Amino acid sequence: MIRESLMEVGRINMQMEELRSKGRAEDDQEMLDLSMEKARLLRPCVNLTAEDKVFLARKIERPHIDDFIKALFTDFFEQRGDHLYDDDPAIYGGIARFHGIPVSVVGHRKGHTAEENVAYNFGMAKPEGYRKALRIMDQAEKFGRPIITFIDTPGAFPGIDAEEHGQGEAIARNMARMSSYHVPVISIVTGEGSSGGALALGVCNRLLMLEYAVYSVLSPEGFASILWKDSSRHAEACEIMKLTADDIREANVADEVIPEPLGGGQENPKRLYGSMDMAIEKNLSALMAMSPGELLRDKRRKFRGMQ
Amino acid sequence: MEKEERSLKTVLMTVTRKLAPDYVNCKSCGRRAVRKVWQENMNICPFCGRYQAMSADQRLGLIFDPGSRQDFNSDAGVRDPLNFPGYSEKAKKLEKKTGLKESAVTAFGRINGIRVVAVVLDTRFFMGSMSSIVGEKVTRAVETADREKLPLIIFAASGGARMQEGIHSLMQMAKTSSAVQEFSENGGLYISCLTHPTTGGVTASFATLGDITLAEPGALIGFAGPRVIEQTIGVKLPKGFQRAEYLHKHGFVDRIVKRQELKEVLYDILKLHEDSRGGFAEDIRKGGQG
Repeated sequence: MIRESLMEVGRINMQMEELRSKGRAEDDQEMLDLSMEKARLLRPCVNLTAEDKVFLARKIERPHIDDFIKALFTDFFEQRGDHLYDDDPAIYGGIARFHGIPVSVVGHRKGHTAEENVAYNFGMAKPEGYRKALRIMDQAEKFGRPIITFIDTPGAFPGIDAEEHGQGEAIARNMARMSSYHVPVISIVTGEGSSGGALALGVCNRLLMLEYAVYSVLSPEGFASILWKDSSRHAEACEIMKLTADDIREANVADEVIPEPLGGGQENPKRLYGSMDMAIEKNLSALMAMSPGELLRDKRRKFRGMQ
Repeated sequence: MEKEERSLKTVLMTVTRKLAPDYVNCKSCGRRAVRKVWQENMNICPFCGRYQAMSADQRLGLIFDPGSRQDFNSDAGVRDPLNFPGYSEKAKKLEKKTGLKESAVTAFGRINGIRVVAVVLDTRFFMGSMSSIVGEKVTRAVETADREKLPLIIFAASGGARMQEGIHSLMQMAKTSSAVQEFSENGGLYISCLTHPTTGGVTASFATLGDITLAEPGALIGFAGPRVIEQTIGVKLPKGFQRAEYLHKHGFVDRIVKRQELKEVLYDILKLHEDSRGGFAEDIRKGGQG
């Protein structure tokens, strides 16, 4: 089970961080020993089960949208609120440059601490959040900027106000409008992509998934509780749902799987960003060679063919 | 002698069963009435007035002019993309029981003479949930309406996405929403009628994208189920929460329509749009050069 190995690795990471803060160099003997030990622990982290991948996809240390924007984009200008009712902190985005090209970037926001997660509502958006994303994306269409979305959510927020403000309508509207854009749209599932709350940012020309990300109709817990009235059958649900990046690629829903470092992106974020940068660059240049009409037809054809 | 007695008893039992009225119990007030009375009352409880589900046949019978119904794509049955344990067997059982191959029925028909394309989700089949075939049938109905320049009417009733089809079910939300968007861009009229219950992935796709949204009295309409909301936020839900009247009050439903008035209301809306089409709506779409 990857859980135990990663707990050990976490302890080593902390020790290394402590040594670094004391001014130890990377080639210090103690540091070298620790990184050898880390490598030894990570080596068996291959052939992971679907349950392992769900665990990794949700890991709090996993890089999130803030990290991706810092690492992959420049000149980020945040856009706030739906300009109709409120600002939803569960959605984050704005205008930025990718390799110098102005793009609109938007996604679900999760935190690295409990406080951040409470502030961002664990990435569970309300209608205001989806409408904020729509505002950002509509402007991209208006100004001819490619759109890059990052998907990472346990699902849309189930709450009284969310329902009163039209959660269903907000999700449906996003999908409908995204399907009609003439600019390149690339979506990347980076963590957990659960339910319509994920798909509301996922009607794209190219769907990429990080190796340990998952994409599913509902969370495994919700799935088990609906089908078997027993949310504790979570592990079984993970297997049966076929939700891993490889499964989703196999089902012809994802176009490409972006490889992650052993043990998951959090163990070597720089390498992860490198792989993401390459994948985005490759797909974006291919899409930017297409005309607006082709981009529209390409996207419609992709989703029309979903079986 | 003994044999004769037994057969006489069998005959008597059969006759009694045939003559005795078939009863239906109201799920709301628990009182029972003869099935025929129920059906003549459009599945509205004759005692408490609560709306019970209508089958696709009953629904189309209620709105279409007699003899005008013409089904299409009625052969497509359930796919099992995940090889989900027990799914195909359950689908076969439901098909035998209901005569339906999937929960969506799509048909042409006339409403007081106006030709339309209609879709009905039948809750007797997997709670009207959206499978890949349901998504495909809805999409083809939208495309048919677009091609033939006909108004589209969809009666939603659904538990949401069909869990047994996993990601394939989820993708139908995008597929149907995209089709409705294209239909709308081409000037098509889509009337969405939300019936009990409309939830999950159907609420969050084609059901809430109508030009006109109607709902049936008392229908439960929402994205998340009430139980999930209560468990997540640990607060008691307000009275009437997620009911048609509540959505009407909050501005997501244009009108709540009784079954007795449904056909006439649909006709009025169709007529208003038919008359608009002959006017300058076409010119506006062409850029006002008419």
